Amino acid sequence: MIWPATKALMARDLRLLWRRRGDAMQPALLALLVVVLFALALGGEARALSKVASAVLWLAVLLAGLLSLDSLFRGDADDGSLEQWMLAPVPLGWLVLVRTFMHWSTTALPLLVAAPFLGELLHLPRNELPVLLASLGLGTPLLSLLGAVVAALTVGMRRSGILVALLALPLYVPVLVFGAGSVAAAAQGLDSTGALLLLAAGLVLALVLAPLAAAAAIRIALS
Amino acid sequence: MNPVVRWFHQLGSPPYFDRFSARWAPVAHGLGLLVMAYGLYGALFVVPADYQQGDSFRILYIHVPSAWMSMAVFALMATYAAIALIWRIKLCEILAMACAPIGAAFTLITLVTGSIWGKPMWGTWWDWDPRLTTELILLFLYLGVIGLYNAIDDRRSGARAAGLLAIVGVVLLPVIHYSVTWWNSLHQGQTISLFGKSHMDASMLPPLWAMVVGTHVWFVGSLLARARADNLRREAGKEWVAKLVRAQS
Repeated sequence: MIWPATKALMARDLRLLWRRRGDAMQPALLALLVVVLFALALGGEARALSKVASAVLWLAVLLAGLLSLDSLFRGDADDGSLEQWMLAPVPLGWLVLVRTFMHWSTTALPLLVAAPFLGELLHLPRNELPVLLASLGLGTPLLSLLGAVVAALTVGMRRSGILVALLALPLYVPVLVFGAGSVAAAAQGLDSTGALLLLAAGLVLALVLAPLAAAAAIRIALS
Repeated sequence: MNPVVRWFHQLGSPPYFDRFSARWAPVAHGLGLLVMAYGLYGALFVVPADYQQGDSFRILYIHVPSAWMSMAVFALMATYAAIALIWRIKLCEILAMACAPIGAAFTLITLVTGSIWGKPMWGTWWDWDPRLTTELILLFLYLGVIGLYNAIDDRRSGARAAGLLAIVGVVLLPVIHYSVTWWNSLHQGQTISLFGKSHMDASMLPPLWAMVVGTHVWFVGSLLARARADNLRREAGKEWVAKLVRAQS
């Protein structure tokens, strides 16, 4: 019962994404904008840029993810699909997890692919790139899972606007601190595995708990 | 039925809670004020000045109790929220949401007093140090809970959603508590402990305990008063509220 539902949900999400290709570009575009604005605000000087490059990239990815959070459950809440999810003989938490995974792979994964190019725009030192990619690889799914809880909490509202950012910010801060911190440690020649392992631990914890919390939030919003 | 259990069940009824909080909120407020006045007097006039920090350490008597409250209130709020979500006790939803503004105020007091204390001691108003940062995040969590509660039109589902956020946010509490131990920090480590030996001179402690007890009692008073107001707002339109209003006018 679980696998057909999973496959159907994945296929539907991919088809919807393909039909609205323009929207799918938005997070990457926003990240690019943030990077460009930062570079121009800092005067475009290569040395100043390379110092903050990893932090700016992390920030760009985080902001892009924040912007796309609202679309995580909004469409399904509006057309009633979420009610069908609740009635389905498949655990709601599992469907949430599948949806979050699809959302991550369509919004955050392109950014991960684009990260080396964006890093080049910011003169990111080459030796920091592997750590940055590792921290983003562990950090962005964690951000998506935490974001799923926030998006589920606000799904019952007509417009959530700034509230989503306010709710997501405290949950995002530890991820940002450890994610950007791991790259900063690598830049200073220190060992960055500690921060990466903490990110991985957080990801494992969130993989188990966040879908359940998001499912509970959806039940509250739709009850 | 066991009288304690019966009292507990009675408390869940809105009219009974209204009478209970109307009676006890002023008592708790008055008692808290008295104990805090005693503590503040001791802190400002009785306790000797610190050999290193001089008189400026006296702000500790406000900073430390409110810092403890900022975390304790969050834990209490999450506990009420969990009870409300599991057993669907309406009063616990009200109490959880009444905790949020008070806890946010305690967090703000902690940040402001800490900042004022930090300027002469560390030479800076603010530092991105783990404990300061986590306390700031705690403030944002409180604001998020308040914002979410107010943003959802239906008060019951609003309280349940905000309560769920509070439960999720509890993950952060141990991080705040142990931040001074886990990371090298500008903020000093734990010097006062309830059990075992405190690393503070014995003459400095009694006003602190008075302040700690005072803030707790004061908090109970505020909690009851806020919960009573929210309870009345939700029950507006019920017969017993109308009777209450008629009796008072």
